[in-house]
Amino acid sequence: MAALNKHIHLRVNGVSHALEVPANMLLVELLRQRLRLTGTHVGCDTCQCGACTVHLDGRAVKSCALFAVQADGCRVCTIEGIGGPGGLHPMQEAFRDCHALQCGFCTPGMIMRAIDLVERSDGLDEQAVREGLEGNLCRCTGYHNIIKAVLQGQEAMEADDD
Amino acid sequence: MTEATGIGAAVKRREDLRFITGAGTYTDDLNQPGQAYAVFLRSPYARAKVGAVDGSEALAVDGVLAVYTGQDTSADGLGDLPCGWLVKSKDGSDMVSAPHPPLAVTQVNYVGEPYGLVVGETLAVARRGAELVNTEFIELPPVAVLGGAARADPIHEGLAGNLAFDWELGDQAATDAALAGAAHVTALEFANNRLIPNALEPRAALAQYDAVSGEYVLRTTSQNPHLERLVLSAFVQIGPEHKLRVIAPDVGGGFGSKIFIYAEETAALWAAAKVGRPIKWTAERSESFLSDVHARDHLTRAELGLDADGKFVGLRVRTTANLGAYLSTFASAVPTFLYGTLLSGQYRTPNIHVQVQGVYTNTAPVDAYRGAGRPEAAYVVERLVETAARELGLDPAQLRRRNFIQPQDFPYQTPVALVYDTGNYQAGLDRALELADYPGFPARRAASERAGKRRGIGLSCYIEACGLAPSQLAISLGAGVGLYESGEVRVNPTGSVTVFTGAHSHGQGHETTFAQVVSDQLGVPFDSVEVVHGDTGRVEFGLGTYGSRSLAVGGSALVKASEKVIAKGRRIAAHLMQTTPDNVAFQDGAYRSGNQQKTIQEVAFAAYVPADYPEDLEPGLSEKAFYDPKNFTYPAGTHIAEVEVDTQTGAIELVNFVAVDDFGRIINPMIVDGQVHGGIAQGVGQALLEHGVYDEQGQLQNGSYMDYCLPRADDLPSFLTDLTATPCDHNPLGVKGCGEAGAIGAPAAVVNAVTDALGVRDIAMPVTSERAWRALQGVAGEGV
Repeated sequence: MAALNKHIHLRVNGVSHALEVPANMLLVELLRQRLRLTGTHVGCDTCQCGACTVHLDGRAVKSCALFAVQADGCRVCTIEGIGGPGGLHPMQEAFRDCHALQCGFCTPGMIMRAIDLVERSDGLDEQAVREGLEGNLCRCTGYHNIIKAVLQGQEAMEADDD
Repeated sequence: MTEATGIGAAVKRREDLRFITGAGTYTDDLNQPGQAYAVFLRSPYARAKVGAVDGSEALAVDGVLAVYTGQDTSADGLGDLPCGWLVKSKDGSDMVSAPHPPLAVTQVNYVGEPYGLVVGETLAVARRGAELVNTEFIELPPVAVLGGAARADPIHEGLAGNLAFDWELGDQAATDAALAGAAHVTALEFANNRLIPNALEPRAALAQYDAVSGEYVLRTTSQNPHLERLVLSAFVQIGPEHKLRVIAPDVGGGFGSKIFIYAEETAALWAAAKVGRPIKWTAERSESFLSDVHARDHLTRAELGLDADGKFVGLRVRTTANLGAYLSTFASAVPTFLYGTLLSGQYRTPNIHVQVQGVYTNTAPVDAYRGAGRPEAAYVVERLVETAARELGLDPAQLRRRNFIQPQDFPYQTPVALVYDTGNYQAGLDRALELADYPGFPARRAASERAGKRRGIGLSCYIEACGLAPSQLAISLGAGVGLYESGEVRVNPTGSVTVFTGAHSHGQGHETTFAQVVSDQLGVPFDSVEVVHGDTGRVEFGLGTYGSRSLAVGGSALVKASEKVIAKGRRIAAHLMQTTPDNVAFQDGAYRSGNQQKTIQEVAFAAYVPADYPEDLEPGLSEKAFYDPKNFTYPAGTHIAEVEVDTQTGAIELVNFVAVDDFGRIINPMIVDGQVHGGIAQGVGQALLEHGVYDEQGQLQNGSYMDYCLPRADDLPSFLTDLTATPCDHNPLGVKGCGEAGAIGAPAAVVNAVTDALGVRDIAMPVTSERAWRALQGVAGEGV
């Protein structure tokens, strides 16, 4: 049952890759298994938890809900591409500052979703953040501090833009 | 000014940097050269005889390396998965623990039970192989509904009534008499709904065997790697303990569900030796739903008797607890010692009797999940108290006040075995009422009514017992292990400190909190203290993290070890300062005598480079300690929920949630607050959203996030939290534990609020919109 292989080109975190992938390989499998970008997590098998959220051409997507071949020609950004220990993204900083993570498993997906949410809105309030994060599950925090972090991250992102 | 890092400071977590940058290493992130992949064969039936398992078609697939079944593990002499707590029935007989082989051999007893595994070069190949295994099953009638288990045929041979144990605690005759003579008796019958824990990281294993050294290494999602090693060695008999290394790297939440020694991790380790290759297994979420332990699932009838003054005179509780198909690692302790003992709540109830029948059903095993027995107990007590107040026309807060154990009553011996150490329940209630603006509620209710909505408020004054202890008592009550914790404080030659703890952090932030404790004890910079946990190859021993025990027990072990370090250092310092140890004082990281001073770093260097050193003293500055608590700790608090119900749709909005908790002394208030938030969310989940449902055929009806309703961000409000503090008087830190409070206090508070809003006496959890709507319409029917 050899899966059909396809050639794809994509940029991941600014690095170009030319890859041959099985047609049925999910984008998250490509990221985690082939590119060893293990910051993107898999928490479910029904596209509900959002732990696998990455940016595809600047938009948050669940990378378990796309085939790798669908990212052909696209820019992918994962949590590793957002910021590292030497230079954190304001949203990463806000998550740490607000204690918006405990076990950390949902965190990369939450941050990726939160950044996209802020970038595509003008001024989110608490309710808008809660609704905007509906597709990302967290079992540790009760969301309380995640909401605080996204609002704080939003402020910091806006300040950066000024 | 540098930021405060000592005890009491809200230090930002040091573990966060790796998690926010995607650099965490969870089990599935790890790989070994040459690894193969396992996929488990799982029963599609709730109860069936397993006939021939034909793996020939699977083995014909290119890349399938092996097909193993329970026959193979059994032939290899692999032992059963044990239940670690022996409960005795009221007639003195031992509980009946049905044999639980890691892979089912002749009979499967719940949907999803593993009876074999396929090992393949890739995950895709192993999956393909698993699809091609032909297994003969002979279906048997399942016992899937708790209420009918006693009348059904035995699941396990010869086990009449499917009864594992019939346990009791308290004085039955005195309780019966008290209730018979009570001026008022409030009775309720309810279910405590089955929950599925759902840590966001699914269980996983990366198993290796080195045929040359004979060493096994299991990297896995465990809350207690040493216990896992102990069971794998002593009971399953995979290999000798010194040749087994269990590592729990970053673990993505546990909430109890990763305490237990499961079939899959065990079988993967065994199979790694059989195929001579590292084996990786990671659960899919649908496998987690089927095969992680489930939780709660009680049917209870409870009666509270009050005298004419509204004083509680007696509490009688009859509970049937679903244990699932097998007794999981601590399954028997949860509905007994962690439940019956908590029924005194915060009150002076002089007579209590509880009877618990633990029954087997053809469902996934049921074991500890955040709170473990204590949420069930708090629900019984706090639903009864609130209902009694309403029946008597009393303010629920006032009725509680009238019955509280008073500050001068401590230590307080309850009629159900426990001795509460410290507490001030009135203070917690008062502060919570203030934060919730309790006096302003009638006006808010009137405003809601004007908007066509119903508003309700509900209280819950819970108590919990954390840091299960002491070992001797626990073992005398049936525990198979001690309940101490180990710690080691190693001052390195350059004065930095490496701390080893047997507790395990899977979200709790021990790497930060424990460093705060040790840096505070030794007076060394926070950044010079590193905390190591989760690896049997690095940490001497440990019992892991559950029951809010880590700081109270594991933290205390580190205090003890630090004290030993300081004591040894004092002798070295005295020698260096040419005085005697009793002339040397230690404070803020330095030994002082007169106007002389040696820092602990200087002393450490002298200990490892002993040029000028006491003759009778061993070199080095590293000390170990085991701390065995003298008693449980007793966190307590008041939670208040306020809800608004849409009368058209039954939709319930949790508009306010207040939690005021007494956790004793606080090490890191930021982390404590986070623990409370998470617990509340899980408690609200139980009250309003979550329910693991089996149909009569024993098929799980909601085994995915499409239909098991985990709380999402827009299901919850922000919470109002605060603390009161009566320090624990028997551990050196004065701490009580904070991990489970929210899950214990919240369900009763929310249901008390909902019943208040709806004007009904009782309503089943989870209170879905449909259930609320039916109640509003006065329409019969359970709703779902």
